[in-house]
Amino acid sequence: MKDSRVFKRLVIAAVLVWMVLFAFAPNLLVLMASLGRTGDTAFVVPGLSLDAYRRLLEPVYGQILLSSLYLAGGVTLICLVCGYPFAAILARTRPPWRGWLLLLVVIPFWTNSLVRTYAMIAILNANGIVNRLLTATGLISAPLPLMYTTGAVLAGLVYTLLPFMVLPLYAALERLDPRYVEAARDLGATPARTFVRIVLPLTMPGIVSGCMLVFLPAVGMFYVADVLGGARTMLLGNFIRDQFLTSRDWPFGAAASVALTLVMGLMLLLYWRSNVRLARKELA
Amino acid sequence: MKRPVKIAYAALVYLFLYLPLVVMVIYSFNASRFSMRWKGFTLQWYDHLLHNATLLQAAAHSLYIAFLAATAASLVATITALAIYRWRFTGRKTIHAALFVMMMSPDIVIGISLLVLFMALALPLGFWTLLMAHVTLCVPFVAITVHSRLHGFDPHLIEAARDLGAGEAEVWRHVVIPMTMPAVLAGWFMSFTLSLDDVIISFFTTGPTFEVLPLRIYSMVRLGLKPEVNALCAVMILITAVAVVATQSLLKERK
Repeated sequence: MKDSRVFKRLVIAAVLVWMVLFAFAPNLLVLMASLGRTGDTAFVVPGLSLDAYRRLLEPVYGQILLSSLYLAGGVTLICLVCGYPFAAILARTRPPWRGWLLLLVVIPFWTNSLVRTYAMIAILNANGIVNRLLTATGLISAPLPLMYTTGAVLAGLVYTLLPFMVLPLYAALERLDPRYVEAARDLGATPARTFVRIVLPLTMPGIVSGCMLVFLPAVGMFYVADVLGGARTMLLGNFIRDQFLTSRDWPFGAAASVALTLVMGLMLLLYWRSNVRLARKELA
Repeated sequence: MKRPVKIAYAALVYLFLYLPLVVMVIYSFNASRFSMRWKGFTLQWYDHLLHNATLLQAAAHSLYIAFLAATAASLVATITALAIYRWRFTGRKTIHAALFVMMMSPDIVIGISLLVLFMALALPLGFWTLLMAHVTLCVPFVAITVHSRLHGFDPHLIEAARDLGAGEAEVWRHVVIPMTMPAVLAGWFMSFTLSLDDVIISFFTTGPTFEVLPLRIYSMVRLGLKPEVNALCAVMILITAVAVVATQSLLKERK
């Protein structure tokens, strides 16, 4: 009995130490770095200044921040609008087929996103599939410059992140009891009204977690912007990377990272609220 | 929606998901080096891969790190999941919440926060820092998988074992561990793919002494299309597909 208590204490202590070292300490250090100053010898001189955050709001940098959030928002919206009906179709497919169709979504989900971004080049290139199709059908006479544009980055991000939207939506839609929909229809609701009043609220946690899984990486995936956007499009991820590796302005980069963490916090709060609301409704 | 419309829509989405990959795989067999035009079937790009020493070394590093990280993460995560499932202690809920937040954290935030940690600890970037970073990346995924599997159990099984005279150690050895094993294995495969796929966290946490495949591909990709890269990417897709099928079949067994 005494042995098992010692064992229990040791295991819990080990788990706590691990969590503190790799989960709490790194984030705390980033927060501290964001409040410090750059030094000549050290990367960061500790301090308590909000200077880095103030600079983040200056027009030049605020512009990067806003356009990155705007682009990620667009990617999220496109994934949601295209992914929702697709997930609904998957969720209503009969079992033997459904498993296979789902597997076909899971494979790109796990495939290296750099590999998938690279695959996009052959599609968007001047002599890539899209341009050749358009030239062959006579819609355009000269190839369109699709690569190295904001549009290419948008397409690349949608392509890489679509499975991250579909899978949580699928999980939510599969759990949805079809009897609720039938009941609403029997009571005379139009399909549109049934969707807005029944289906949408019941799948809200799936929508929020899908948006989170698309939006957060879309802000940070600097290599998509590098490979498809050239030097023109800048994501917050490129900005953070450059502050840490090129400009060596750690407090500035850390402040941008803290800002991104705050956005994540807000989205997590939204997710938690939608879950609580759903649980309350199910009890009622 | 009508049935044909549904099928057409789903087919369109699958086309979008797979067309770039299929095109890339086809080009990896294309004899022409510089143009996108088809000049006949060849395996020479795969042959080039086999003779590219830096690339092979990076690939070996990646597999090695993925194997070690998956194993270490499965161990740490299983212990964590079992601890928060079996015992009540202060910080239990915080750990559970922290695992969820870690899983959702953008890679760039994890990458730079670990970079700052390693710098603060004055650790040189390389094999060890990369390994620690990948373990940190994988632990929440395995822990949550194992924890949800544990929650699916009938708690009476443990009581029954106790009633039949099993001690704590025997309950673990004969009941808890065998029941968690499929989830742990699935978590291991998940970690293996996570580690192989990661670009951003590796970018910040490894040094020139230990280059991994995604970073090698990253520097090759920035120079534009190359048939060797097509071949390399085709191999990566194949490895991922095999790992995914293995994970799915392990997770399915419980039903």
